[in-house]
Amino acid sequence: MAEPAASSETSSGASSLAVSLRGVTKVYDNGLNALGPLDLDVRKGEFVSLLGPSGCGKSTALRLIAGLNAPTSGSVRVSHRAGHERARDSIGFVFQEPTLMPWANVRENVRLPLKLSHAPAVQASAHVGDALIRAGLAEFAEAYPRELSGGMKMRVSLARALVTDPDILLMDEPFAALDEITRFRLNNDLLSLWRNLRKTVIFVTHSVFESVYLSQRVVVMTPRPGRLGAEIAIDVAERGEEFRTSAEYAAYCREVSHALTPLQSGRPGS
Amino acid sequence: MTSLQSPPLSAEQAAPDSRALRLVRILLPVAVLAAGIALWELVVRLNNIPPYVLPAPVAVFRTLITDWPVLSQSLVTTLVTTLEGFIAAAIGGVALALLFNQSKWLEYSLFPYAVILQVTPVIAIAPLLLIYLPQHTAVVVCAWIVGFFPVLSNTTLGLNSVDRNLAGLFQLYGASRMQTLRYLKLPSALPFMLGGLRIAGGLSLIGAVVAEIAAGSAGAGSGLAYRIAESGYRLNIPRMFAALLLLSAAGIVIYGLLALTSHLVLRRWHESALGKEN
Repeated sequence: MAEPAASSETSSGASSLAVSLRGVTKVYDNGLNALGPLDLDVRKGEFVSLLGPSGCGKSTALRLIAGLNAPTSGSVRVSHRAGHERARDSIGFVFQEPTLMPWANVRENVRLPLKLSHAPAVQASAHVGDALIRAGLAEFAEAYPRELSGGMKMRVSLARALVTDPDILLMDEPFAALDEITRFRLNNDLLSLWRNLRKTVIFVTHSVFESVYLSQRVVVMTPRPGRLGAEIAIDVAERGEEFRTSAEYAAYCREVSHALTPLQSGRPGS
Repeated sequence: MTSLQSPPLSAEQAAPDSRALRLVRILLPVAVLAAGIALWELVVRLNNIPPYVLPAPVAVFRTLITDWPVLSQSLVTTLVTTLEGFIAAAIGGVALALLFNQSKWLEYSLFPYAVILQVTPVIAIAPLLLIYLPQHTAVVVCAWIVGFFPVLSNTTLGLNSVDRNLAGLFQLYGASRMQTLRYLKLPSALPFMLGGLRIAGGLSLIGAVVAEIAAGSAGAGSGLAYRIAESGYRLNIPRMFAALLLLSAAGIVIYGLLALTSHLVLRRWHESALGKEN
């Protein structure tokens, strides 16, 4: 493909941006034009939701940021800490499914990223222990994935993403398959993790309510190929169950829904 | 383990005492066996059939005991051959599958020949092998030929059945080829591999028996299949039945051991090894 040179760069240093996409497009081998061109900046420590109809390329955008796929054109910049050699050392990824190894117990599943990076055993065990406690899994360390509920499996997946202490957490519709009660609880847990650990979070979702509840900024994407449709800042000091039932929350949800609706019309089946 | 599938239950059986049900499922085939043996004995006695035509079950068991020194030696010979063939099949099948998985070129070059080796009847290959190889080696090679293909094809299938997202996760964390193989592909392939080994166990016995019959030579190290052929020539029909009984028992034990191994290895995590209550 004779596109302008696609680049996937990393920059360390004082920049306040955690992730920066410039004119990023992705055309798959089967000719599917999935994304872009997309421009997106995410500040360090920010919680951003990517919202859009299914198939709009939001998961693709996440995979490009993670370096799991290369962009067809445009540049993907991911900042990383001085001690980290590559961008992926600073990234934790949570998939839509828990994506656990069924043959390994919770502890071994959480330990996996450290094992792959040859982390010293003693240090790794300490990190795994911390991640398990943070995710509320301390009692389930020896359980196997099949013995856990959907919500608990997702917690394991989250603990695994956090165990390397990444700066950036990429989450691809992680709670979409869960029931509402479990999802609310995990939303709150995720928020308190974000407040305590100050990670940059890019959260892909197709739920207006979830995006408003969780994020500081909602990025609404257009149907395929996904582009920036609208950006809505959610300016709230305190998030919690009270916010979820407030008029302010309802107003934000309406605003985001309105931003989403015109983008969808005239594109049936997306 | 399809034989353990429970038959459809009627309404009144819907909540059965599972222990009673299990007992029934053991007792029923045993009862059928007992009835069959009794009928066989009856038919032979009532019709006065001579033992060189059809020996009665009692005569077969008597032969089993009186001929035990000869038969047990043959049993050991056959079992050793089968075991050697099985181990060769297991190692060869898994090793080839790993090589194929690492190198597409190797797979494209060699896989067709693995298929050819598999589809050519081993009973036709055995006489040729006996010309070119020492007899014992030829018999083991026969057991290997029939045993290795299910291991190879199942392991290959397993290595290619890795969860896509898990593979992405390994890629994200920069896993090396060896790490991906060791921590992802091999565990993913394990249930398939064990399934292949379970088939290979029985097939190795068949391969060994076929080769022994083709070899057809006497000597200290002659297996059960040779005893059957030899007894046939001598019209020692009770001994034929006794040897056949031992072969059959050996096959059942081999299958049972491999099924048990598979269950023990997989019971913590794989669907196939989980009880119905899960």
